Amino acid sequence: MLRFLTRRFLTAVISVWLASVVVFSALLAVPGDPAEAILGLNASPQALTALRHQLGLDQPPARRYVEWLGGILRGDFGESLNYQQPVAALIRNRLTVSVPLSLGAALVACLIALPLGILAALRRGTVLDPLITAASQLGAAVPSFWLGLMLILLFAVRLHWLPAGGFVGWGTDLVRSLQSLVLPVLALGLGQAAVITRMTRAAMLEELDQDYVRTARAKGLAGRRVVLVHALRNALVTIITIFGLSLTNVFIGSIIIEQVFALPGMGRLVLTAIGARDFPLLQGEILVYATTIVALSFLVDVSYGFLDPRIRYD
Amino acid sequence: MVRRLNLVLGSVLIGVVVGAALLSFVWLPYDPNALDFAAQLTGPSVHHWLGTDQFGRDLFSRVLVGARGTLYVGVIAVGLALTLGSLLGAVAGYAGAFLDEVVMRVVDVLYAFPAILMALLLAAVYQPGTLTAMTAIGLATVPMFARVTRASVLSLKQRDYVEAGRALGAGDGRLLRRYILPGALGPIVVQASLSMAVAVLAEAALSFLGLGTPPGVPSWGNMLREAQGFLAMSPYPALVPGLAIVWTVLGWSLLGDGLRDLTDPRSRRR
Repeated sequence: MLRFLTRRFLTAVISVWLASVVVFSALLAVPGDPAEAILGLNASPQALTALRHQLGLDQPPARRYVEWLGGILRGDFGESLNYQQPVAALIRNRLTVSVPLSLGAALVACLIALPLGILAALRRGTVLDPLITAASQLGAAVPSFWLGLMLILLFAVRLHWLPAGGFVGWGTDLVRSLQSLVLPVLALGLGQAAVITRMTRAAMLEELDQDYVRTARAKGLAGRRVVLVHALRNALVTIITIFGLSLTNVFIGSIIIEQVFALPGMGRLVLTAIGARDFPLLQGEILVYATTIVALSFLVDVSYGFLDPRIRYD
Repeated sequence: MVRRLNLVLGSVLIGVVVGAALLSFVWLPYDPNALDFAAQLTGPSVHHWLGTDQFGRDLFSRVLVGARGTLYVGVIAVGLALTLGSLLGAVAGYAGAFLDEVVMRVVDVLYAFPAILMALLLAAVYQPGTLTAMTAIGLATVPMFARVTRASVLSLKQRDYVEAGRALGAGDGRLLRRYILPGALGPIVVQASLSMAVAVLAEAALSFLGLGTPPGVPSWGNMLREAQGFLAMSPYPALVPGLAIVWTVLGWSLLGDGLRDLTDPRSRRR
């Protein structure tokens, strides 16, 4: 197990390192002079020189990369050209919106999907199974941003129950902030719920067909105990994988949902960075996204061994 | 019959989208960009079957033209992913050892950049647009094809008929081309259909963010972005392209599931 953990950890570290190379190379790939691309053709020579110095363009790329990576390892992502603030502080600030949004959506997805998926598997052969399956197939085809617009239309425009967008800030008004996240969380979470429902159903069906479930039933164990203690625990390996993938999808999906609901999170920041060609900010943000994806994938793999002791990697 | 339901339903849904795209080349009720300020934000009527947007443009005509763009971006992006991913997966699975490790690390890195993230990076370096979106979606989908192909090649290369081919003197390239890859085609085709669903969603999302199809060109994502500001006045500009996206994504997913049922007997039990 330890050997697997070490190997998997090293793979994750290599992936993050390669991702950092890709992200750093983005600035090198800008056609022409990046400083001119950022400031425009009418920029003064002095401004261009200053920006080239700030971006480190007057140094060899390899040295710049080492300094950039070294800074990131110390928590220094450089300074945003647009905001004139440290990138790390900007990201930290925006994560206070993006993280609750993503976690909330993943939670909603699981709370809906796990019972529905299990129910569909247990009711195989009845009308409930195809109904749940069809609903989840349809749900998975609905784009989260369109669902967001439809939720705004219903709950904000027509019923006036919840705000259509915006975010006042946790410190200003906690209740209103929570209200502002309800529709975005639903928009993100419902689509993922559809995906997880299908996977949960498939994983449960796989387990319910196994001999050990039949044995447990033959021993006279209660149906609920067989399902919850035996089959579900083994199906969890598959479900956790899907949940990890969903968490990734939800985190990436938040980029677009923040745009729909005008939430000041990471997604809005990254789009602003593109508009302003704010490379230090953009590179920092994309690296955070990529690292999160790799980290989630690593955590999912590691959780296998803990959930299912039969799995041994070495 | 029930087993074929996914395949039939998926084919019908996608058939309608392809039909709509083809129809848009020869017939459109209105010029999709023609402004009509006397008919802004109207609901479905005899004149405008699906209503109009904030500039009085005919939603039906715009949805038809949008189908073209969706298919165009999807086919090119998935084609790119299929070519690159299958090649990487085949080489990794066939060569094994060090090359496998290197290729799979490259695939892992691509996995860390989903379509939207890839598009953000490319949009910053170059300019946002259709080409950037297609490349981003294509590159982000490469890992799926690489993994599917690698898994198939790993299993197929142990088969007796491949050994027989090798004994007959076939080289590595010929073994891969003539013996192994045709056997891996089933899962690759299934993946292509499922990836089309992903590509349609990604293209719409990128256009919605202003990173895909340019604003002047009617695309479903663009239509949704423009509709956002007029939700309170008319739901149709948002409803129509959204339903078109759901229709198309559902079609590709069902088609993919149906093809999998057809080619993989194990999945049929579920």
